[in-house]
Amino acid sequence: MATLYESISSNKRKSVFLVILFFMVISLLGYAFGLYLGSAYAGVAFAFVISIIMTLISYYSGDKMILSMSHATPADRKKYPHLVNTVEGLAIASGIPTPKIYVIDDSAINAFATGRDPKHASVTVTTGAIGRLKRDELEGVLAHELAHVRNYDIRMMMLVVILVGVVALLSDMFLRSVFYGRNRNGKGRGNAIILLIGLVLAILAPLIAQLIKLAVSRQREFLADADGALLSRNPKGLANALKKIKGDKEPLVEAANKATAHLFIENPLRSFGGRINYMFHTHPPIDERIKRLENF
Amino acid sequence: MIFIVSAVLWVVIGIIVLFVLYVIITFNSLIMLKNRVENAWSQIDVQLKRRYDLIPNLVDTVKGYMKHEKGVLTDITKMRSQLVSGSMTQKAKASDMVTNALKSLFAVAENYPKLQASENFKMLQEELSGTESKIAFARQFYNDNVMGLNNKIQQFPSNVFARMLGFREREFFKAGEAEKKAVKVEF
Repeated sequence: MATLYESISSNKRKSVFLVILFFMVISLLGYAFGLYLGSAYAGVAFAFVISIIMTLISYYSGDKMILSMSHATPADRKKYPHLVNTVEGLAIASGIPTPKIYVIDDSAINAFATGRDPKHASVTVTTGAIGRLKRDELEGVLAHELAHVRNYDIRMMMLVVILVGVVALLSDMFLRSVFYGRNRNGKGRGNAIILLIGLVLAILAPLIAQLIKLAVSRQREFLADADGALLSRNPKGLANALKKIKGDKEPLVEAANKATAHLFIENPLRSFGGRINYMFHTHPPIDERIKRLENF
Repeated sequence: MIFIVSAVLWVVIGIIVLFVLYVIITFNSLIMLKNRVENAWSQIDVQLKRRYDLIPNLVDTVKGYMKHEKGVLTDITKMRSQLVSGSMTQKAKASDMVTNALKSLFAVAENYPKLQASENFKMLQEELSGTESKIAFARQFYNDNVMGLNNKIQQFPSNVFARMLGFREREFFKAGEAEKKAVKVEF
């Protein structure tokens, strides 16, 4: 149990750290943009306001944004009694309130959890997972998701999705206005340097954001696999589910995109090219996960 | 001299304060663990009650189709009453018995295609097996919490005060012998 409380406080700490980092990156962007337009102060102030608004929005309604981005609809108890029962059972076993349950109409097998804490959490599965996984396999997948909910991974991941998205969007806006916008600040070398700083920033910011995202998610998956196995008392269930996903010809979840990819139990964008670069995978290699589960 | 006396006095006061603080913290964490156990127990109770409520519906649905298996049905009805009365151990035993009786009922039901096709029966079967696994999960959660409480009561140094403060170890909700053996289905 001690490790659970450790990972909860670690996740809370990292969430705060992430928000601070986000403020810093956005402020830097604002500064560069402000310099470019003639007033660094105004730029920083503007960036600050945006940061606060975006942090509040993503903290309180990031889960709703993610759910609607993924075209998830609430699961009907009558239509999916087994799904609802399993989630309720696992919630009892882990001592958290039953999360809201959503379904994505997609034939691929996948699932994710999101929300800011266990009281405001939701679990989403694809109809493919409901239809094609056996009972104990679906239970394994859901146990993995509930493990994410219980140890506050969901808060961290949700902030990452939205805040990283904002950084990407803003730096994109900045790049565009530098390239296509009018130069209002006269000419000369000073301007060129500022432009250079701005460019470097605009390129670096999303890259940094990307790296944060990757760093936080790989270890998390192993941990959630282990916690989930402990919760369902059946590591074979999740192992077999992962095998099925691995053997799936169409792993792509149509409603997933780069921002939401790392939320899923297995990378939903895994269609192009095997392991070109381990560095840039959002998930640990699936074989490694299966191996660890089977050696439990 | 006075200086030494007052220094000793302060040290003694300091030790007493630390001691009182320790007892308060121990007491509070024991209370927390005890409440968790009780909450976990009520989760099991909720599910047992749910099963208690579902069984009459099942019996009603099945009665019309299964003319030759009256025995199984009366067994289940009899055991059902024990789900919501008696001590924890009794409930645990009753729960195991009902689990097995339901298993044999569902096994027998395989021989009745019409019953299998009934929407109502399918729904009840899903609900009952869902409740079944929820009981198992609630039991798991309860036992985890009992272990936490018992550890605190038995480990040094909290064990010194735990008994004095009136805390007692709780019993695990054990899976019955019957559950471990293969289920015998009688026709």
